[in-house]
Amino acid sequence: MSATLRVQKISGHSGPVPGEGAQRQQQVAKLIDTTTCIGCKACEVACLEWNDLPFRETFFDNTYQTMPETAWNYWNLIKFNELPREDGAMQWLMRKDQCMHCADPGCLAACPADNAIVQYQNGIVDFQQEYCIGCQYCVTGCPFNIPRFNPATKKMFKCTLCTDRVSQGLEPACIKACPTGCLHFGTKDDMKDLAQARAQQLRDHSGYANAGVYDPPGVGGTSVIYVLHDITNPEAYGGLPSNPTVPWAVRLWKQPLKWLGNLAMIGGLIGVTMHYLRFGPKHPPAGGPHE
Amino acid sequence: MNDPILRYTLVERVMHWIAALTYTYVLLTGLAFYSPHLYWIATILGGAPTSRFWHPWLGVVFALAIAWMLRAWLADMRITPDDRRWGQAIQHYVRNEDENLPPIGRFNLGQKQFFWIMFYAAAVLLITGAVLWFPERIPWSLRALRYAAILLHVAAALITIGLFIIHVYMGTAVVRGGFTSIIRGEVSPAWARTHHRLWYDRVTGR
Ligand code: HEM
Ligand code: SF4
Ligand code: SF4
Ligand code: SF4
Repeated sequence: MSATLRVQKISGHSGPVPGEGAQRQQQVAKLIDTTTCIGCKACEVACLEWNDLPFRETFFDNTYQTMPETAWNYWNLIKFNELPREDGAMQWLMRKDQCMHCADPGCLAACPADNAIVQYQNGIVDFQQEYCIGCQYCVTGCPFNIPRFNPATKKMFKCTLCTDRVSQGLEPACIKACPTGCLHFGTKDDMKDLAQARAQQLRDHSGYANAGVYDPPGVGGTSVIYVLHDITNPEAYGGLPSNPTVPWAVRLWKQPLKWLGNLAMIGGLIGVTMHYLRFGPKHPPAGGPHE
Repeated sequence: MNDPILRYTLVERVMHWIAALTYTYVLLTGLAFYSPHLYWIATILGGAPTSRFWHPWLGVVFALAIAWMLRAWLADMRITPDDRRWGQAIQHYVRNEDENLPPIGRFNLGQKQFFWIMFYAAAVLLITGAVLWFPERIPWSLRALRYAAILLHVAAALITIGLFIIHVYMGTAVVRGGFTSIIRGEVSPAWARTHHRLWYDRVTGR
């Protein structure tokens, strides 16, 4: 039962959260070093294998990308981009795209279904398909374009950060499969240190003056962090948003609009009740039915 | 002379109740997803996935019923100079001082405005509802549409809820005889003369 005690946030939930006041867990994180990824797709295959997902059709469009986007049964995709550099050379950018496990998850903020999305104290954001109602609000809430809908079962899917493995002390399947060691897994603090050291190395010794760590503060930081050759241009890495935040429209909808609406509805009911008490029904028509 | 007067034909009553019942269902299921405190409504109505499945479909039926109403009542819903005069004296209506009100036709200004706002709100709910129904069809580059759709859907729903509360209250509690008329179709001549004098004159040929 300890797993339920370590829940930190629950979607669509009106009561207290079971994990409140429980002992805190270490935050975990994946570190993805885009500078040493060779685009071999071992992580894509490992993700399918571990999660028992069927292999699906791929889509060849003259790049090194398996398909245009992740899918409900393909949660992990190496995004490929060819970037012309100033010296005329072509730079190949490979970025492992999957759920970022935001500290402030927009998917969870938008979700109306009690328990359909939970955030564990270790930072993992996980969809609970048995409670999902298929409304797809999480699609609107996510700033990274991650949740994917299965129209047949009307359920949402995405990377689980291998909660089943992590809760047993194992590293995620994609991490284990990586042959170059560009993927790392550990506590968030350790991963941040490692990432900073690598960025420093790239700046000092490899001529990447703009190398840096992607851990976007707009969503409170993420449990998946990247080392990029050029932190000033994350969009070049298959559309990584430069300053992701939970959309303000989602905030407006879930906070002020909700409270204003609730007040207005309660006010309306009180209003008509008061009108009835003060004025009552209209006088019956003069003369009555038997004039 | 004292024979009841037909106010709503059977077809009009069926039309009204299709709109009213689908609206009520869509309202209740919508509210369930609107607030975690109201999620239990979906449980009562057969579970949240079921409610999520039927909300958009019955929303479409509601929108069709409203379109049908437009066709049936367009002539009756035009706002006339008589209505404007009535509107200027509306405080008497609110205070039940109906003897101080100018005579009006089949519907009063409040009813007409209720109809028109419901009509435009239904159009907004239908269009934004379609976006909420299939958000993944909206490309990522146009995601602003998803954000606009959810805000407009909720805002339009809230406006209709306010009007709906007043509409039900007036029709059942305040204007006695109104509720019977939309069920059985008939009103007494006295009722027609009191509340809708010009319409009474027209249908009785005076
Ligand atoms: C006209 C056709 C309509 C369509 C296609 C439609 C579609 C949708 C869809 C797809 C959703 C997302 C979740 C769900 O399915 O429940 C939704 C939510 C909602 N709808 Fe509708 N709808 C329509 C009409 C209405 C009407 C007439 C109301 C009037 C009260 C309404 C009130 C709501 C509310 C309150 C929500 C929840 C918003 C939130 O989660 O905060 N809808 N609608
Ligand atoms: S990346 Fe999207 S789906 Fe993943 S936790 Fe953040 S908001 Fe949710
Ligand atoms: S579709 Fe997304 S937002 Fe809707 S219930 Fe499922 S997880 Fe929650
Ligand atoms: S953490 Fe697990 S679920 Fe997520 S991409 Fe890696 S293998 Fe797939």
